[in-house]
Amino acid sequence: MSNAEIDRQWTTRLRRKAAGKLPPEKLLPDTQPSYVASWIYVFGVATLASLGVVIFTGCILAIRGPQWWHGSQYGHFINSLHLWSVEIFFFTMVIHLWGKFAMAAWRGGRTLTWMTGVVTFLASIATAFTGYASQSNFDAQWITTQAKDGINATGAGAYFNVLNLGQMLMWHIVLLPIAAVVLTGLHVLLVRIKGVVPPFEDDVQPATQKVAVGE
Amino acid sequence: MTKKAFRPDVDAPEWKGGHTPYDIIKEGTIAVLVIALLTLILAVVFGSPDETAITIKSWSNADPIDFATTALSELNGTSTSAAYGAPYNHNGTSQQIGPLQLAKWVGVRIPINAAQAFVIQPLKALPNEPTLDAGLAKYTSASSSTQTTWLNAYAKAATNMKFVKGQVVVSAPSAGPVPVMINDLTTMARSGALDQDLLNDNGFYTTDYTKPLLFLADGQYLGNLATEQHLGGDQWGMMNETGNYPGQSWLWLYTFWYQIPPFNNSGNGDALVWGVMMVLSVLLLLVPVIPGLRSVPRKLRIYRLIWREHYRDSGGTS
Repeated sequence: MSNAEIDRQWTTRLRRKAAGKLPPEKLLPDTQPSYVASWIYVFGVATLASLGVVIFTGCILAIRGPQWWHGSQYGHFINSLHLWSVEIFFFTMVIHLWGKFAMAAWRGGRTLTWMTGVVTFLASIATAFTGYASQSNFDAQWITTQAKDGINATGAGAYFNVLNLGQMLMWHIVLLPIAAVVLTGLHVLLVRIKGVVPPFEDDVQPATQKVAVGE
Repeated sequence: MTKKAFRPDVDAPEWKGGHTPYDIIKEGTIAVLVIALLTLILAVVFGSPDETAITIKSWSNADPIDFATTALSELNGTSTSAAYGAPYNHNGTSQQIGPLQLAKWVGVRIPINAAQAFVIQPLKALPNEPTLDAGLAKYTSASSSTQTTWLNAYAKAATNMKFVKGQVVVSAPSAGPVPVMINDLTTMARSGALDQDLLNDNGFYTTDYTKPLLFLADGQYLGNLATEQHLGGDQWGMMNETGNYPGQSWLWLYTFWYQIPPFNNSGNGDALVWGVMMVLSVLLLLVPVIPGLRSVPRKLRIYRLIWREHYRDSGGTS
């Protein structure tokens, strides 16, 4: 096999492109720009950490099935961990989101980074909602019977039936977590590729200068 | 990199300043440990709510008159479910946003005939009930106008409905078999048999609670309990949960619209709220490409607080 043939392989081309876009020093950096010096930056990694705790506690709940936590003190405690990790997840994510808005973090070709973050936020809301709908308790009864009217009004209720426990549980533990995790992974990779947005040039904005091209 | 007009809300200056050490693995590890510890503390201190689900049985035992009244509304087509429209039936005008009748266009995909699903078919499942069987045969073979006459007579008398010694008492001699049907359905519900019957569409196994939840929601009982738990629509509804827990506080904006006109007094309130939230979500998604909106952060100048050390060290510029 010739080198030219190897060069044309999909695998070779993908590896070279990935290595070019995201070399190891970008994927796992050991330095950062000196302007990254604020507590607001903590909320990005805190969101990721709480997502990890959400998934871990959810996996423990899944082992014994959806009814387990109603009749087991240990199960109820795991449910409490799951609940509070979700609360922390949204708390940190919302602060992260508004912090990035305040920084106009889409600048310098980071539009896709912003958009994947927003879609992840929306997917997370849907994931949490289906979790509340799958609790099989009074809260789930009330939340689903109220929410059906809004979702039905969009036409989506014909296919996304919030009163169908099995369907909501599948969305909650399979489809939406996959979407949320994939989107989060993409978002983090884009952050690593593009880096953290630099500060505004606050007082001096020349008409032309060397810039990272926006989209 | 290219030479072009600098757009401060789109472009970012090239960073030519210094760098500081950054241990991303250490940061991530500490974050996981701190979040796990915080989660543990909150779970131990506050726990989580788990109010037992109500059943048709518990509802009909706690408030048999509300149950019987709801059963009548299913039979005469006045319940919310019976007159809902898409996706359950064709009996109501589905909500719309201006000319957009999205639910109606998608159509009836989860067919629910309230009278059949909630009253007639469950009653047919009761064994060894000759009086009821005769009454059901009489009702189902009667003309629509005769049924309506019976139902109207019963509904008129039902304003004085009583529940005495396990029986629904309504003085409606001209209501045909309707009193027997409503009373027997109430008895069936109080035994727990109706809970199971409403789940049997797909045979032995099921995970679909559409019918019992619709029936529950048509009555007053579920809503009254929810209001006691501060879960009513005018109490920021479904973003809350039972007990003193934060619930889905991230839905505050969605729930907010339900508290104000025109959303809270419109027959199309749900559709309007969803329309607004869809528009706002798209706007949030597209902030980077919307002139004016993408300039808001620069004009708010909150970034001066975030990057205060940078601006202090650089004397005002990057």
